[in-house]
Amino acid sequence: MKIINPIKRGYLALEEWFNISFGPDWNPLYHLGTLTFFFFWVVLVSGIYLFIFFDTSLSGAYKSVDYLTHEQWYLGGVMRSLHRYASDAAVVTIILHMFREFALDRYRGFRWFSWMTGVPTLWFVITLGITGYWLVWDELGLYVAVLSSQLMDALPIVAGSMANNFIEGQLTDRFFTLMGFLHLLGQPVLLIFALWIHVKRLSHVEISAPRGLAVGSFISLLLLSFLWPATSHAPASLSKVPAILNLDWFYLNIYPLLDSLTAGQTWVLTIGITMLLMIMPWLPPKKTGAAAEVHLEECNGCGQCAVDCPFDAISVQARTDGARWEYEVTVADKLCAACGICVGSCHSSNPFRSSNKVLDTGIDMPQFPIDEVRSKTKRALSELHGDTRIIVFGCEHAFDVEQLKTPSVAVLNFLCTGMIPPTLVEYALKHGADGVFISGCRNGDCYFRYGNIWMDKRFNEGRKPMLRERVDRSRIAVFRAAVTDGRLIRRELAGFTQQITALNQGKTASAAQDIKHA
Amino acid sequence: MLSAKRLVLQGINYALFMGLVWYFSFSPPYVRLAADEAMISLALSHAGKPVQECRRKSQEELNKLPPNMRVLEECPRERSPVRIEVLVDDQAVIDERINPPGLYKDQGVDVYHSVKVPVGDHRLEVRMNDNIRVAGPTHHYHQSISLSAADLLVIQFNHAHNQFLVK
Ligand code: HEM
Repeated sequence: MKIINPIKRGYLALEEWFNISFGPDWNPLYHLGTLTFFFFWVVLVSGIYLFIFFDTSLSGAYKSVDYLTHEQWYLGGVMRSLHRYASDAAVVTIILHMFREFALDRYRGFRWFSWMTGVPTLWFVITLGITGYWLVWDELGLYVAVLSSQLMDALPIVAGSMANNFIEGQLTDRFFTLMGFLHLLGQPVLLIFALWIHVKRLSHVEISAPRGLAVGSFISLLLLSFLWPATSHAPASLSKVPAILNLDWFYLNIYPLLDSLTAGQTWVLTIGITMLLMIMPWLPPKKTGAAAEVHLEECNGCGQCAVDCPFDAISVQARTDGARWEYEVTVADKLCAACGICVGSCHSSNPFRSSNKVLDTGIDMPQFPIDEVRSKTKRALSELHGDTRIIVFGCEHAFDVEQLKTPSVAVLNFLCTGMIPPTLVEYALKHGADGVFISGCRNGDCYFRYGNIWMDKRFNEGRKPMLRERVDRSRIAVFRAAVTDGRLIRRELAGFTQQITALNQGKTASAAQDIKHA
Repeated sequence: MLSAKRLVLQGINYALFMGLVWYFSFSPPYVRLAADEAMISLALSHAGKPVQECRRKSQEELNKLPPNMRVLEECPRERSPVRIEVLVDDQAVIDERINPPGLYKDQGVDVYHSVKVPVGDHRLEVRMNDNIRVAGPTHHYHQSISLSAADLLVIQFNHAHNQFLVK
């Protein structure tokens, strides 16, 4: 039995708790990216409202925010609170999003790009929050301004001293206007650009959270905003030092470090942590399997694999081999995650074809070619004993189905269950299986993003290549289980076996009756 | 999808999440200064004196130069480092020696440094040396001060009067 890393075990337990509370469709842990986007939307809309009333001058900023908070508490104040709390919530979801990718080992190998580009987006978000607090121009804003300037002064890029601006008599609107510009325009544009790069290597990227989650989160944000509205500190004063500051620890956690470290040391620490995070995908590196290979003899250029590829690794191009088809597909090896979902997308991956020859298909995985899939299925089925013969198809990233093997239960592991051609299920039922039981990563949590989704659509919603209508659905079960879900999947398989036994007995009984009738 | 049980459980989850968001958005409070502390900030921009005096060129040297470049004096660009000490009741609270920045070490230095000091009456002394050719302070300031809680005392340098400005 594989040893499960305790971080992953802990994460999966949390995920399970959320599955109980929200169900897989709304499980927030499956939607941390989209949930973050949702919070960004709230921040954007509330921010636009605040901007309408905001006075971008040093002398007017505090008063304009104060007006919104107190006089216009019912709308402006709520908008301000939504702006603050949604920004804070976004930091929580971003950290959880990072933690999830880490805990489930989804940050190395072919995912290095998403991980590495994620790290700077985190900093863009944090610095966006910092300039936001600066703009309020209360004691906290001044504190942030002075300490940020001290940090900037430690960098060799800034000539002169920024911190010296915050001395009575020296202060001008110049800086403040710059911060206003950064917060209202510069930084958001930069963040959007960074996010675009962050998801560039993925296809079918969802950015809208499921409605249930969006509604729930919005209602709770709204309640929080009414119950504990965001407020300011006293106005900034250049001759007093606020003794106590109510720091927003999500955004301003770096500043208290300056009590014990110099600005230079603080930079070394932050840059060090950032670099460490960025090189994590290589600590240690993870090998991605061999990339998918196109076999033009079997490819008619339909492009279904290119549509289905979750990592945008397949593209359609003009035919190069003179065949009668207009198009062909090609794989960018560097982008390929070796999930095999494309094999399941190709209608040539049909085990009923070329039954006496090697089975070749339009796109195949060198490490587990479709011909081997067919021969292994056939062999496994031929070795089954008993009256109820089941074959279990599993995936390498979910519960290890090898543990379910018995004389009457055969098992076969795939790179991803999205790799299973629907015709293979039909094939198994025709070649000795009484039932086909398919596992895979938990619903909503496919290691390769779309394996589960495409499989369900091929089986039930007519997505190509589809599972034919006439295949007996009562002999097929899908139950998805993570590595820690052994008890659940065993129970489910036992139930399925009983169901198949009953079906078999029914069949025998009706066959006996047919004979009697005859 | 939304049974009563789930609704309750979701409510609990949202409450926990928003509780976390709310709490860390302002707490735990960060104590920047204790109740009996004030702050002294040293904030100044100052250019040190050149490391050497300007030298008058000899007639011979001048003759060698093209007529349009016959400048009488040759002044080194490099400036002296600035050493600055702030003492409170004869205890050094700031002691910095800053080298002039720039490729030719010819630019002014900027200092920004804050320290916490106990409230009450103190003797403040500021010493600066901006000339490598002079031993000991070139500028000196001392004054009795009285600080109350959360006061910010700023030490600057007034170039026009060539002296410290403390307020
Ligand atoms: C700034 C906020 C961020 C947002 C809004 C965001 C959003 C997203 C979205 C929408 C996806 C695509 C998920 C999918 O469709 O499967 C994604 C993927 C990913 N993100 Fe982020 N992300 C953010 C920050 C980060 C950070 C800080 C990291 C880690 C350092 C990170 C690591 C990843 C990884 C590794 C993936 C790849 C997931 C996969 O291949 O299945 N992200 N992110």
